[in-house]
Amino acid sequence: MNAVEQAVADAHRREWGLVLAATVRVARDLDLAEECVQEAYVAALTAWERDSIPRNPAAWLTTTAKRRAMDAIRREQAFKSKLPLLIEPDEEVEEMEEMEPVLEDPEGVVPDERLRLIFTCCHPALAQEAQVALTLRLVCGVSTADIAKAFLVSETTMAARMTRAKKKISTARIPYRVPAAAELPDRLRGVLGVIHLLFTTGHTAPSGAELVRSELVDRSLHLSRVLRDLMPDEREVWGLLALLLVTDARRATRSGADGRLLRLEEQDRSQWDRDAIAEAHELIVAGLRGGNPGRYVLQAAIASLYAEAPSYHETDWAQIVQLYDALLRVWPSPVVALNRTVPLAMVAGPEVALSELELLEAEPQLAGYRYLPAVKADLLRRLGRTEEAVEAYREALALTDNEAEREFLTGRIADPGRP
Amino acid sequence: MAQYAILLYGKAPADASGLTPEEIEAHGRHGEDVERLGGSFVSAFALQPSTTAVSIRADGVTDGPFIDAKEVVAGGYVIEAPDLDTAIAIAKLNPAIQQGGGVEVRPCLG
Repeated sequence: MNAVEQAVADAHRREWGLVLAATVRVARDLDLAEECVQEAYVAALTAWERDSIPRNPAAWLTTTAKRRAMDAIRREQAFKSKLPLLIEPDEEVEEMEEMEPVLEDPEGVVPDERLRLIFTCCHPALAQEAQVALTLRLVCGVSTADIAKAFLVSETTMAARMTRAKKKISTARIPYRVPAAAELPDRLRGVLGVIHLLFTTGHTAPSGAELVRSELVDRSLHLSRVLRDLMPDEREVWGLLALLLVTDARRATRSGADGRLLRLEEQDRSQWDRDAIAEAHELIVAGLRGGNPGRYVLQAAIASLYAEAPSYHETDWAQIVQLYDALLRVWPSPVVALNRTVPLAMVAGPEVALSELELLEAEPQLAGYRYLPAVKADLLRRLGRTEEAVEAYREALALTDNEAEREFLTGRIADPGRP
Repeated sequence: MAQYAILLYGKAPADASGLTPEEIEAHGRHGEDVERLGGSFVSAFALQPSTTAVSIRADGVTDGPFIDAKEVVAGGYVIEAPDLDTAIAIAKLNPAIQQGGGVEVRPCLG
C-alpha cells in the first residue's frame, strides 16, 4: 500500500461515519448519501495522488461527497423526486455549500453530525438486528458482506434486512435528529444497548470456531469512544466505555495456546491490558461520583473489581455482591441475579448460592440460557455433587455452539473432579 | 406532515361498556394530547366488542374477529404529525396503555 492508499484506508476506518453523517444532511436519503461517500473515497485515491494528501481528509471527503449529492439531486429534480426524503425539521439544508470550491477549505471544520446518524440507526421503531447492522454499515462503514459474515447470515439476507430498515426510516418518517431531552434517556439506552450487543457478539461469538471476533470488538470500542466524545456529560456513556475496556483488557488471556477457554482463575493476570484497566478505572470513579449510578457504570465497577484484584482469591467478593445488589435495583434482570450467585458463592458458600440459583430456574427469561446450567454445574461440583454436576454440564453443552465453550464443557464432563 | 393510524388494542372482546367513567374521561382528554404535542386529528372511531365482529374471506363469512387473538382492535384514530417521533410521543399517552391494552402506530400510505 502506498502513502495515498494508506491515507484513504485510514480515513475510511476513522472518518466514514463523520463524512456520511454530514452528507446525509444534504442528500436527505441514506442510499444516495452512502453512494456519494463511497464515490468520494474512490475519487480521493486519484485526487490525493495528484494534489497531495489534504491536511484534513474528512473535510475534503465531506465536501466532495456533498457536491456529488447536490449534483445528483439537481439531476433528480428534472424528473421530480420520487423518494420520500429523510426529514430533518430543525434546520434548512445548507444550500450555499455548492458554491464552495473543493480545495479551498482543506482545514475547514466538519460539523459533527454523527449523533443524528447514530440515533437514527438505533431508532426503537427498527428491529434491534437492523439497528446493529445499520450502525455498522452507516456509522462505521463496514461492508454489508463483512456484517453478514459477522452475524452468520448470507450477504443477500443482510442486504435485504438493511434495505427494509432504510425504507422504514423514510416511509415511517423516522426523523434524522437527536431526540429531545425528554426522550433522550430512553433513546440513549437503546444506543448503548446496540453498542453493547455489538461488543458481546464479538467478545464471545455465539457460534463458530473463534472465541473473539476482534473486528466487532474493535468497532464497538471505537463507537463508544465516539459517543463519549459526542456526549461528554452522560455518565452511562462513560460506564459503557469502561465496561468494554475492562472486559476487553482480558482478551489475550481468555483462551490458552491450544484455543481452550480459560476460566478467570486460570488466566495470566500479568498479560491483562493495564492501560485499558486504568482508563476504565478513571471513568468508573467519575461515573460513581454524584450518586445513583446507572446500569453500565455499575457493571463496569463490578468488572473492574475482578480485573484489579492481584489474584483471583484476593478478589473483593463482598463488594462485588454489594454492587450486584445495587445493579439489581436499577436493572432487575434474572441474568444479573444469576451472575450475582457467582460472587455470592465466594462470600456465603456454594450452598447458599445454589439455593438462590434454584429460585431462578423458573424464570422464563433464563429458559435455554446456557450460563444457568454452567454456573449450576460449577456450584454442584464444588459441593462434591459430581453426578448432578455432570448432568448440568451436559445441559450447558447442549445449549452452546461456540467451539471454545464446547471444548471447555466437554473437558469438565470428562473430568469433573479437576479443581 | 404525514398521517399515522394509531390502533387501540384491548383484551378480547374489548368491550367499552366495561370501562369506568374515569377511564372513558381519560380517553376524552387524550384528544388534547394530540394537539399539544404538535399533531392534529384526522378521524377517530371506537368499536363495539369483538363478539359483534363478522369476518369475510374468499371461502365465506364467519363470526368473530379476523384474527383469533387474546387482544383485539378496540378502536383507532388517524392523526397528522410531522414525524414518527411525534406520533409515538402522542401514542404513548393513550390511556389504553394504562388500561391493560396497548396501541400500534402505523404510517398511512400516501
